[in-house]
Amino acid sequence: MSTTPADGPVLEVSGLSKSFGGNHAVREVSFALGASELLALIGPNGAGKTTCFNMLNGQLRPDRGRVVFCGRDITGMRPREAWRLGLGRTFQITATFPSMTVIENVQIALISHERKSYELFSAARRQGRAEAEALLDRVGMAGAADRHCAELAYGDLKRLELAVALANRPRLLLMDEPTAGMAPAARVELMALAARIVAEEGVSILFTEHDMDVVFRHAHRILVLNRGEIIAEGSAEAIRADARVREVYLGGGTQEPGAEEARPHA
Amino acid sequence: MTLDLGFLLGQFLAALASASALFLVASGLSIIFGVTRIVNFAHGSFYMLGAYLGYTITEALPTGVLGFWGGTLVAALAVGVIGAAIEIVVLRRIYRSPELFQLVATFAIVLIIQDATLYVWGPVERLGPRAPGLDGAVQILGEYVPEYDLALIAIGPVVLGLIWLVFHRTRWGVLVRAATEDREMVGALGVNQSWLFTTVFFLGSALAGLGGALQVPRESVSLLMDLNIIAEVFVVVVIGGMGSVLGAYVAALLIALFNAFGILILPEISLAVPFIVMAVVLIARPWGLFGRPESGEHQQALSEEPLRPLGLARRAAILAGVAGLAGLAFLGGRYGVVLATDIVIVSLFAASLHFMMGLGGMASFGHAAYFGISAYAAAFLATYAGLSMLPAMLLAPVAAMLAAAFFGWFCVRSTGVYLAMLTLAAAQIVWSVVFQASEITGGDDGILGVWPDKWAKSREVYFLLTLAIGAMALVTLQRIAHAPFGYVLRAARDNRLRAEAVGVDTRNHQWAAFVVSGVFAGIAGVLFVFAKGSIFPDELAIPRSFDALLMVLLGGVQSVFGPLLGAASFTYVRDEISRLEYWRFIFGILIILVVILAPDGIAGGLQRLWRWIAARAGFRRVTPDKAEGA
Ligand SMILES: Nc1ncnc2c1ncn2[C@@H]1O[C@H](COP(=O)(O)OP(=O)(O)OP(=O)(O)O)[C@@H](O)[C@H]1O
Ligand SMILES: [Mg+2]
Repeated sequence: MSTTPADGPVLEVSGLSKSFGGNHAVREVSFALGASELLALIGPNGAGKTTCFNMLNGQLRPDRGRVVFCGRDITGMRPREAWRLGLGRTFQITATFPSMTVIENVQIALISHERKSYELFSAARRQGRAEAEALLDRVGMAGAADRHCAELAYGDLKRLELAVALANRPRLLLMDEPTAGMAPAARVELMALAARIVAEEGVSILFTEHDMDVVFRHAHRILVLNRGEIIAEGSAEAIRADARVREVYLGGGTQEPGAEEARPHA
Repeated sequence: MTLDLGFLLGQFLAALASASALFLVASGLSIIFGVTRIVNFAHGSFYMLGAYLGYTITEALPTGVLGFWGGTLVAALAVGVIGAAIEIVVLRRIYRSPELFQLVATFAIVLIIQDATLYVWGPVERLGPRAPGLDGAVQILGEYVPEYDLALIAIGPVVLGLIWLVFHRTRWGVLVRAATEDREMVGALGVNQSWLFTTVFFLGSALAGLGGALQVPRESVSLLMDLNIIAEVFVVVVIGGMGSVLGAYVAALLIALFNAFGILILPEISLAVPFIVMAVVLIARPWGLFGRPESGEHQQALSEEPLRPLGLARRAAILAGVAGLAGLAFLGGRYGVVLATDIVIVSLFAASLHFMMGLGGMASFGHAAYFGISAYAAAFLATYAGLSMLPAMLLAPVAAMLAAAFFGWFCVRSTGVYLAMLTLAAAQIVWSVVFQASEITGGDDGILGVWPDKWAKSREVYFLLTLAIGAMALVTLQRIAHAPFGYVLRAARDNRLRAEAVGVDTRNHQWAAFVVSGVFAGIAGVLFVFAKGSIFPDELAIPRSFDALLMVLLGGVQSVFGPLLGAASFTYVRDEISRLEYWRFIFGILIILVVILAPDGIAGGLQRLWRWIAARAGFRRVTPDKAEGA
């Protein structure tokens, strides 16, 4: 893993832009993310959050702008190369290997991390088993290690994805709606786990989330994206008080931001 | 050759006429694929049926303009009805099966229609009437051009226009286009899916039938029409982009022109020209000229079980299988030992295909190429280089490996059906080179006299040798499947996005799997050539590739035993029935029965049967216990 210049930001994004046809999905987005920071990227549906993520880990090539990870320009790098540098992610639509068991899903990441994926004759089942068990334990899935991944409930899939993403001890995790589709209690639990990972392992996390309870409770800092542009940035209190944010979410109403029905685009 | 303008124009117009015929058939196939995602190999059979029906109906009707064109239309509609009936009776039952499984059913339909046609019309070719009023030729620049060709040239664009109108001006057409673009949409729109599929099959088959009926005045009607056209029609559909009717037209023109002029430019490999064109187009545009990428990386979710190490029951099953083969070889006489040897070779061949297809998610329509290249390499080594058997066996698969590395590099740049079509192109190119380079390969006459060394000459010893090598190869394939490479390969197949996001170079792993698969097909190939003592171009032609594909799919893609069960039962049953007169019909019906009764293949079917029996047995055993406890 590359070394970070002491105290330098883990991620520096400047002027990131992407349009699809005439649709400016992301416009001139710039921000920085420090070590051990839990940063939330919020915004209504279609604001461009996932598009931002896709440009950060190389899934999409930005039209303009730069992504610097631990002092290194990774703009336009492939996802698998970014991952090798320590940039992992989870997906809004969970992405797992459905024909495998839970623990095998984690083992795949470990095999890849140790660059053993071209080994033809050793037994994969024993590959990194103990380490995979430890990772599953970390996300509270130890009991489900040998279950068929295709049978898992949605919330468990999200946790499995987190375990997979942690397999190569990343410096930065991008989590796209990690708690979507989960019950409120499970949401809080998962984000508490994310917060612990940040605190204990020095990982930085950038996440998107529609549940404002979760965001305000756990995020160290919040970025608000609307129609591809960052319209506010700051602490939970500052965001709560921000007039533009209220307007985006509520069209000038009196409620707190967070009501999912409010979709300026819809 | 002098550049004769009249001659070139004649070639050009003939090409345009062929393009129209090709387009009619291809557009139907493209529409069917676009909506139902079925790779319909029976489409060539619909074309042939159209020709036979067109012949019979126009013969029966009074001669005249009305009789001819009316008869042609009636034939097309009749084929449409047949297509719709097949959709309702067979295909509708298996839409939920794994990808490409429907292909097996359509292949069975090919067999059934072949024998049905043979039964109704007999083996003799039929020469149909000329089109009334269009039976002459006009002279253009000194070249005689049949009037009927000119009519065909016009019919292509007219049909294209009519399809466009139907697709843009009717509610049904709008639905068809929506379904082609996004299959989930159909469900979301609350459309009756079976109704849509049946009507699409009707239109697609009718277009093929029309193409066939219109061909009657141009060529004699024969039982070879189905297989003669199907490969080219697929090439056209793929070049145009599957689902695109306009693409089918442009591609038909392209192919017809290359066919007409390719023979002037590349006479040595003229047979491969359409496939070379397809390969070039797909490498530049992986989804064809007018196609779109398959919607999203997250394809249908697999319900495959995790791979487990072999349990006691399965080990016992393997032993039983080996014992059965040995019994067949040593108790079944001369005939039994040949059949048993064949079964081992074919099982290995099928298992090698299963490796890339089942674990790697890459279906190959041209796997025989690697089987055949290795067999030819062994034949060269044994005859030209004078090597003895074992060194030749050891070296020849290297040729398969190199070929797989070369073609695989291009193939893995595509996915799904497009990848499969690239493998077909590769195999056809290899086949036509072998077929046409007769100074070296003997062409159609093949290479003879490739016999085993003295010690292995007896059929029994050679069987044992085949069994030993085959078993070692199968065990090795199994180990690779259970090794990190096999796991990561399955991961890449399950979810490419996720695999890439954990550092896996999915394309490179697929390429490596392609090569591994080619090597093992090559091992099967060398075992084959020494078993038969000869090798012919047929061994790397499309039917051989398709046999392997059918074995894997019938056996069950999702099971490691699938290919073995598929290969053994396929080879055994076909061998048993092929002496009967209408064996294709029987074989087709058997295949359809398997397809409907065991949508997850023979392996899956047996597994379910076993569980059912176990559950019933368990139920009986449990009851008294409970009674005691209570
Ligand atoms: N591959 C694509 N092609 C075309 N348009 C796209 C593509 N991906 C995203 N968009 C568009 O870009 C805009 C931003 O989408 P994005 O998915 O980034 O939003 P989001 O903030 O993640 O929304 P959500 O909260 O619904 O996940 C939307 O208008 C979307 O339609
Ligand atoms: Mg999103």
